[in-house]
Amino acid sequence: MYQYDALDREMVADRAAEFRGQVARRLSGELTEDQFKPLRLMNGLYLQLHAYMLRVAIPYGALNPTQLRKLAGIGRTYDKGYGHFTTRQNLQFHWIKLRDTPDILDHLASVDMHAIQTSGNCIRNVTADPYAGATADEVDDPRVWAEVLRQWSSFHPEFSFLPRKFKFAITASPKDRTAARVHDIGLVMRQGRDGALGFEVIVGGGMGRTPYVGPTIREFLPVDQLLSYVEAILRVYNRHGRRDNKYKARIKILVAALGTEEFTRQVDAEWAKIGEGANLPEAEVARIRAAFAQTAFETLPTRSEAFEAARAATSGLARFARNNLKPHKRAGYTIVEISLKGIGETPGDASSEQMEVVADLGERYGQGDIRVTHEQNLVLPHIKLDDVPAVWAALKGAGIATPNVNLISDIIACPGLDYCALANARAISIAQNIAEKFRDQDRAEKVGELKIKISGCINACGHHHVGHIGILGVDKKGEEFYQLTLGGSGAEDASLGAMLGPALPYEKVAEAVDTLIEVYLRERKGDERFLDTFRRTGVAAFKEAVYADAH
Amino acid sequence: MPTLIELKDGVAQVAEDAFLHVADDQDLAGGDVIVSLSRFQAEGESLLSDGRRVGVRLEAGEAVEALAYDLSRLALVALDFPKFGDGRSFSNARLLRERYGFKGQVRAVGDVLREQAGFMVRVGFDAFEPADGANSNEWQAATRRYHHVYQRSADGRTPTFLERLS
Repeated sequence: MYQYDALDREMVADRAAEFRGQVARRLSGELTEDQFKPLRLMNGLYLQLHAYMLRVAIPYGALNPTQLRKLAGIGRTYDKGYGHFTTRQNLQFHWIKLRDTPDILDHLASVDMHAIQTSGNCIRNVTADPYAGATADEVDDPRVWAEVLRQWSSFHPEFSFLPRKFKFAITASPKDRTAARVHDIGLVMRQGRDGALGFEVIVGGGMGRTPYVGPTIREFLPVDQLLSYVEAILRVYNRHGRRDNKYKARIKILVAALGTEEFTRQVDAEWAKIGEGANLPEAEVARIRAAFAQTAFETLPTRSEAFEAARAATSGLARFARNNLKPHKRAGYTIVEISLKGIGETPGDASSEQMEVVADLGERYGQGDIRVTHEQNLVLPHIKLDDVPAVWAALKGAGIATPNVNLISDIIACPGLDYCALANARAISIAQNIAEKFRDQDRAEKVGELKIKISGCINACGHHHVGHIGILGVDKKGEEFYQLTLGGSGAEDASLGAMLGPALPYEKVAEAVDTLIEVYLRERKGDERFLDTFRRTGVAAFKEAVYADAH
Repeated sequence: MPTLIELKDGVAQVAEDAFLHVADDQDLAGGDVIVSLSRFQAEGESLLSDGRRVGVRLEAGEAVEALAYDLSRLALVALDFPKFGDGRSFSNARLLRERYGFKGQVRAVGDVLREQAGFMVRVGFDAFEPADGANSNEWQAATRRYHHVYQRSADGRTPTFLERLS
């Protein structure tokens, strides 16, 4: 993992000191809330329905055990004993007091963490493949480039007051676990025929009230050109993006208004003027790359007798292994995904005790490496198959061995009306109701991969547009209703969901999902996923079944 | 009239403003003036031949490219911040310094707050009309909060990736 050096540490310490001063000015009354707002928003501090919310940055979703323990401790001391992992691979504390925030930032700084650029109209936390460095199918380690972008974008003097927030995702695997195509900039690494590495550059994807799957504006950008090229994109956006209407201010609107060809032309013209000088020197790329070099792998047989015996003897472990283990590039190792979607729990929440268990496991069995996924789960990317039974038992003891990764109850949901001032409707309890309905794990496994994503309002923080089943909360004369969309995907086969029909009342949603699943199980051919069946058959059969009762 | 703070050799100090901001509908008096782009385009030649120093004020939405051929004759470019969060003038400032090599004064006007002082200095501003009443000490402190910078920019500070080599 990347380790902060003295320079990185001083940057974070300087920021924490600056914010302490700003909070003091606010508490003394020197600053009004109106004046303070843009300052706190540069430090990830939001004022929500009931309290302040502090969003802590987890660059590209990578944590070490010390950091995760610190988050657990902050949750215990300053929050209600838990934290909430987000779709930007960050962590939010929802019950924070303003006067505590300077101390919290100092605690974070003591483990090389911060809340820099987790809010505001700047370049936000760069997300990356949570399986980076572990999965066999990547062409490079995307964390190298995510760290390059982290440093370049931190306190960027020109691009800290953009028309709107700006999000990068980066993956080096053909299986996209970052939703790259629905980001402001998605970078998908490719290897050319000559072995050279480059990025497919996708710009202007996004969700919210105007969703787009982003167009590719450059098929192959040589890796050493990354910073000059993104500088060109950001400059065109900073100068020409709309600032008159916050709902039309994301780069996707500029790209759509100009058209992909004209936007690309403007970027290329700017890029030509910027020149090579804006790229990062090779020595610094090499320094960063060296930080991610894995050296601790042992030479192991592909098959672990201990693991095989344990799973043959324990059906719970067998089920966990089927759903939560993913192939590792090294023989005898596996990627363990830890679901934070326990049945009846709030998606993405982890208690301080659970965080500490994961931290201990990462330290003891996982080379000190822990990841957060954009689907709000945790990952231990480097676990020996021999150690899986022990890891599973510890997770089970902490209540986080739910064997549902990528299954119907592995739901993304925004905080919704339970926390958020923008929401029209609850999202968390809808997720809980659906999970409850599919509590039967055999049935959930029979249904297979299914991505349900729930947003409590049109801002789409729950990514409903790209859910295989998307659920959007709307307000109808003061009552919570839900609009269902089908066939969306945020992965390499990205698409936006299509509307099913009229919005449904709160109490009908889980039942409607159940009906959709019945139609899928009836219609599916071979090993089709829900998404594949829907794409083949279209909406008619699904629509008819859900609304049949209404007639 | 807001206070003018100038940055000289890294030191922020209150300065006497030799320039007068002249609105488009205002008669031109003698002395050094700052005029809008449109007025400069209409009257620039005669202004410059008066033997006075001339500055141009660019609104956030006006591109610095419009001044490309006149910069060598301008003493000053003022870049407007219509509100705190409108960051277009950061790009204009950086282009003035890096792309056009402009050596005159680049002045921040409008909703100019100390919270942005550090960024402004980095993209090449060297004069400020603070809207928040910041004095020169407060402004100075705001520009020096960070000991390191991650990027190359117009201020010529050594970025971390070069510091690490030394």
